[in-house]
Amino acid sequence: MNKNENSRPVRVREPITDTQLLITITVCIFFFMYILAMLIWGGGFRKPQMIFDILNDNAYLIIISCGLTVVMITGSIDISVGGVTALVAMADVMILSGHAGPFSGIPEKSRIVLAFCMALFIGLLYGLIQGYLIAYLEIQPFIITLAGMFFARGMITIISVDPQKAPQNLMDILQKRIEIPWLGSPNKKGVIIPARMEIGVVIALVIVALIFILLTRFRLGRHFYAVGGNRQSALMLGVNVKKTRFMAHLISGLLAGIAGFVFMMHTGAGNATNATAAEMNAIASSIIGGTLLTGGVGNVIGTLFGVLTLSTIKSIVTTSGLRDPWWQSITTGAMLCFFILLQSVVLMQKHKRSK
Amino acid sequence: MNKKKLFAFNSQLLIPVIAIVILVIFNLFRDPSFFSVSIASNNNGDPVLQGNLISILNGASELVILAMGMTLVTAACGGQDISVGALSAIAGSVFVKVLKSGGSISPGLVIGGFLCCCIVAMIFGAFNGTLVSVFGIQPMIATLILFTCGRSIAYWINGGATPTVTSPVITAIGGFIPGIPVPTPILIVILAACLFALLFRFTTLGLYIQSVGINQAASRLNGIHNVGIKLLSFIILGACCAVSGVIGVSRLGLINHETLLLNIEMDAILAVAIGGNSLGGGRFNMIGSVIGAYAIQMLTITLYAMKVPSTDVKAYKAVVIILLVVIGSPVVKEAAGRFWKKISEKGTAGTGKEAA
Repeated sequence: MNKNENSRPVRVREPITDTQLLITITVCIFFFMYILAMLIWGGGFRKPQMIFDILNDNAYLIIISCGLTVVMITGSIDISVGGVTALVAMADVMILSGHAGPFSGIPEKSRIVLAFCMALFIGLLYGLIQGYLIAYLEIQPFIITLAGMFFARGMITIISVDPQKAPQNLMDILQKRIEIPWLGSPNKKGVIIPARMEIGVVIALVIVALIFILLTRFRLGRHFYAVGGNRQSALMLGVNVKKTRFMAHLISGLLAGIAGFVFMMHTGAGNATNATAAEMNAIASSIIGGTLLTGGVGNVIGTLFGVLTLSTIKSIVTTSGLRDPWWQSITTGAMLCFFILLQSVVLMQKHKRSK
Repeated sequence: MNKKKLFAFNSQLLIPVIAIVILVIFNLFRDPSFFSVSIASNNNGDPVLQGNLISILNGASELVILAMGMTLVTAACGGQDISVGALSAIAGSVFVKVLKSGGSISPGLVIGGFLCCCIVAMIFGAFNGTLVSVFGIQPMIATLILFTCGRSIAYWINGGATPTVTSPVITAIGGFIPGIPVPTPILIVILAACLFALLFRFTTLGLYIQSVGINQAASRLNGIHNVGIKLLSFIILGACCAVSGVIGVSRLGLINHETLLLNIEMDAILAVAIGGNSLGGGRFNMIGSVIGAYAIQMLTITLYAMKVPSTDVKAYKAVVIILLVVIGSPVVKEAAGRFWKKISEKGTAGTGKEAA
């Protein structure tokens, strides 16, 4: 696996890195919060199904957050991911329902394969174009990906202004749930209902694992950290900075495409307002997970817990009886504020002490 | 001679001016009547100016004001405030709340409401600014907090309703003052621009902001209060949000927390970038941002005039933006410069002069 095996350094006990510290904080807070919710509100939170519900609803968010984490580690940003997700979902629904002109003659079952290929194609195309423009033409990533977001959102309404729905027989195949009987919980009649998990969650978790391996075990992954930490010194160490940044955006685009397919598997609907503000949720998740927007620090495991934390907050707000529509985002904002301040203070203290 | 020309070719205002020129030429070919401005009379019988140019200038008002504030924040902090839309919605809600508190809406109450929402918006701006300057958080992340919950706070202020306000004073702010044919938002923009011009002419704020943006450590050693300058830039942006929120509310006569100035933060950042300002902070050119904002609005109005459905406008806008930034990117500029040099070297002296 490791390409530079002969230059592996001798393992010494190193001081804890920023990445590890921030992840530890996030994971601790997540478990603290979840256990607190179990103790106070009980009910739903004590059932394992709750965690699977959160995963089912947010599988797509986990995937795009992984891509965003990679991009943020290289010190760049990609805010087109939400738009790409929605665009892919819309395109896939059109293919599945047979409305897409050239593909309407294809038998129903193979439409699913075609839809997945379409998702990969759109994602790759986005990654290629944005990556090229950002890495090789040195245009500010914020502007390019903002334009990318506008383009995706505009394309959705060009495809169809009205919401579209995928045919039910195909959705039955796509929404097949994986049942885990040993995590079941009894319902009101005492019948044990197994925990259900969607296929999208499996895809998301596999992607988290793959990206984790990429970031920790492969040369490209280390180059991401090097470029994000200090582009100038990475260049002097012989890292191909342009290629590394290009690859980061390619991965992000591809994952956004896959996220679109997973989103479509979950909802089965194509709509112009799909995945609204998903990019901001993904950025927020990455930040809560300990990725710094300045680059060089971050990990996907943290990002996974970032997504879980963010959605657990939302579940807590809805179960705790604050039913007014504004409380959900106000508490999310407050929690975000808390996390951001905590990270900032912890990092500040650490750097002060090390000096 | 040639070298000097090339240098001018690289100047900061290149992209926004090219954008405007391309749009003007395009519109001239498409439909020359696009530029006609006529005087019509509105419902009250007052003479008012009408035409696409006026609607561009009028419609871009909020964007221009926000872009001016955003330029300062970008220059000082090297990051962008993505909460301006939400903050404008909060300001608009406070404005309406104050107007609703009194019985009849008098000009005095409107001024009071404006001051109130200005103060509230400046406090929220200071909150953003504190996070950025004192705690050293990236601006985009710090303002993500208000971006997430700002519109909900606006909703909460008015107790979950979208109240309407009807008064001649409000119509005068959002539309026309009787007797003056120019839409009032344009006048407000001119006033704001004058204020900024005076601020930069008579104070050293502009210089300080640039110096903080270019090198924080060096400017601190030179006795500039980094934290204060960053905080101030956010507070100024807060005031800009209040002004644009009030304009936005007055245009419609109602506050809708969901749709008031929706996505304007993206357009404002775009205006700053198209204006040739580095999003990484440092030197800034406010005129560039203003021209950039008008270019964006002109593009939108042109697309509307071409009968593009309003939902599809974004896609075309994106293509134009990408083309613009590709033209303006350093690598393409360099390649164009090399190409230009090659041509002028190969060509005879005559063609060289012609080019010059």
